[in-house]
Amino acid sequence: MAIEVPENVVVSRLDSLASWCRKNSLWPMPFATACCGIELMATGASRHDLARFGAEVFRFSPRQCDLMIVAGRVVMKMLPVLQRIWQQMHEPKWCISMGACASTGGVFDTYSVVQGIDRFIPVDMYVPGCPPRPEQLIQAIIDLQDTIQREGTISGREFATRQRQQPKRALVELPVITLPRGVSHLPQGVRIE
Amino acid sequence: MPVTAAKTIEQLAQAEARDYLWTLNFGPQHPATHTTLRLVLMLDGERVVDAIPDIGYLHSGFEKIGEHLNYNQYVTVTDRMNYISPLANNIAWHGAVEKLLGLELTPRCKYLRTILAELARISDHLLCNGAVGLDTGAFTYFLYAFYQREVLYDIFETLCGARFTNSYTRVGGVMYDATPLVIEKIRAFVKSFPKTLDDMDRLLNRNRIFVDRTKGVGILTKAEALSRSATGPIARASGVTRDLRKDEPYLAYEDFDFQVCCSPVGDCFARYLVRMAEMRESLRIVAQAIENLPSGPVNVLVDERTTLPSKQDVYSTIEGTISHFELVMANRGFTVPHDECYGAIEAPNGELGFYLAGDGTDVAYRARCRPPSYIHFALFPHLIRGHTLSDVVAVLGSLNIIAAELDR
Amino acid sequence: MIQPPTQTAVAAAFPALVWSEFRGGTRAVVPRDELYKTLEFLRDRHHFDLLVDITCVDYLNYRGATDRFGLVYLLAATETNERLTVRTFVNEPDLVVPSAVPLWKGADWMEREVWDMFGIQFEGHPDLRRILMPEEFTAFPLRKDYPLQGRGERHNFPVLTREEG
Repeated sequence: MAIEVPENVVVSRLDSLASWCRKNSLWPMPFATACCGIELMATGASRHDLARFGAEVFRFSPRQCDLMIVAGRVVMKMLPVLQRIWQQMHEPKWCISMGACASTGGVFDTYSVVQGIDRFIPVDMYVPGCPPRPEQLIQAIIDLQDTIQREGTISGREFATRQRQQPKRALVELPVITLPRGVSHLPQGVRIE
Repeated sequence: MPVTAAKTIEQLAQAEARDYLWTLNFGPQHPATHTTLRLVLMLDGERVVDAIPDIGYLHSGFEKIGEHLNYNQYVTVTDRMNYISPLANNIAWHGAVEKLLGLELTPRCKYLRTILAELARISDHLLCNGAVGLDTGAFTYFLYAFYQREVLYDIFETLCGARFTNSYTRVGGVMYDATPLVIEKIRAFVKSFPKTLDDMDRLLNRNRIFVDRTKGVGILTKAEALSRSATGPIARASGVTRDLRKDEPYLAYEDFDFQVCCSPVGDCFARYLVRMAEMRESLRIVAQAIENLPSGPVNVLVDERTTLPSKQDVYSTIEGTISHFELVMANRGFTVPHDECYGAIEAPNGELGFYLAGDGTDVAYRARCRPPSYIHFALFPHLIRGHTLSDVVAVLGSLNIIAAELDR
Repeated sequence: MIQPPTQTAVAAAFPALVWSEFRGGTRAVVPRDELYKTLEFLRDRHHFDLLVDITCVDYLNYRGATDRFGLVYLLAATETNERLTVRTFVNEPDLVVPSAVPLWKGADWMEREVWDMFGIQFEGHPDLRRILMPEEFTAFPLRKDYPLQGRGERHNFPVLTREEG
């Protein structure tokens, strides 16, 4: 056979095939902490039926998943756990930040709530709402599938771009606080932040 | 990840004689914990020797926010406290605020709040029992329960536009009056729900697997229940005949005929049965209240200076405009006494109370919540000691721990 | 609400108590030294068998307050449906009160929370550790001199990039 096909055409088709496979078999890892978790359950239940979009196989082990759905507020004590679970997931992996609390801290602008998980881990899709309705979450998953189809490559080059590497709003200048044990507060007039 | 329960674990690990024990970390991200809590279990084979709860994985400073939001704004935060039955939290919060203010509600508002509190109780018990079923292997039961919850969500959505973070109550009244459509939907629910409840009874009450997994598991005696401050269905399943709806009638509970459901046994199965029986009693209350719902205004009079006047008054009369602005402007609002009080209701989970310190402004000086989940989770190590690992989920489910209320 | 005979009996046994009424609730202010004895008396002699809650109020900017911290014990009698609020005041630097765990086992976690949030020590508590905040946290967040947004502790984490993940 002497049909001359440029090499890149073949690669492109394989890519789109791989992306198509990936996007239609997302395995979500429900990182459900608070109220949004109940809507996440409702999304998976019979009325809204996430299975129609190929993303119904909830697995609680991060090793088996490629989509983390962070539903609910993440607090200081929980963030190391979240980061650990994110690290345990294999590439390619995506993250949906569901609800106002996970995306920005929401109404909880307090001492213990992390003001948006995207400060500390990369996030691909944000879902607004407090809590979002199941339809909104389904829309977010559809949008994420489009993104995967559009950007995905077999070799995972999309993850090499600078934009995808960085957390969206990384805070770099904040000092690490090390108060000696037993000291309950800073002296008057000293502010960190 | 830092192991924060370290002190006690170290003590246990140091005990040479018990070095055959091994430690199992349960949570904070685990399907059977439903939300975020962590247990460190000391196991002898499959038997649980000790359990060390480690909580705070969802502590978001609710009480600190309560010192910065005014009494009407804070109701949105109470929604997120026990998100299984947010209406009960709204009613508890504004019940305490109205007690601090010394405000008497209108009859219609009392009835409406009673109906909603009971519907919230039904939805809470449905989820709790459904989750117990799910964890012990009865998946069908869970679907029955969840379907009925969707019906209740529909009612709440028709009532106030939100599925389950309702924020429905206001100081001295509610957000909107109930429309005839809501009344109609509640009537339909009262008619249709007993059939499902019968089905649910038939599914589990004599189910061999379920009964074997819950009967005799996690027994709480009456003396222990009192000593460990248990309230609500958990205390009633242990023979404590305490129900604030009867003992200290609030809202309109005096007008209705209902029974307090108790059991002398105190195991997981008794807690399940008490919850099932309470749903029937709640339904009776709703049925009585919906047929006798008084007419008249739902909010207290504008002269009380707590509720906003109706939009028609605001747009057409100068008094309405003035009182509206007085209430919504910064540094105005309404005034509360410079004093402290505690108001509690019988929430689905137990006694849910708020200890409020007012300082004259419309922002609480201190808004302490007495969370039933927190108190009940302290029971857990006591209940699980000596049982097997598989009983952990049954006991955890029957205590109905809601992490957002646990940690606040 | 508390029945008059009970109040008379308690007042006779502990003359140092200061009684007040508000919205149908009875409150008694106890000196700290008599706190444990009063609670024991109420539990053993007057059927206050249920400890509803222990909480604390920081009166730093409270108008008319003379003490820094007020501890609140909410008691209930399940047989007679009585309620009583027992309050006591403590000041810095001596923030120690006797623990109520020997009386009610339910006091365990309530006292741990008060310690976690306000830094009040309970003498005789079996296991007084932080419960809601992480162990390495040093401040007491519900004190009035601690800001709502905290002092930057919530930003105090490493940032994960995709390559590290």
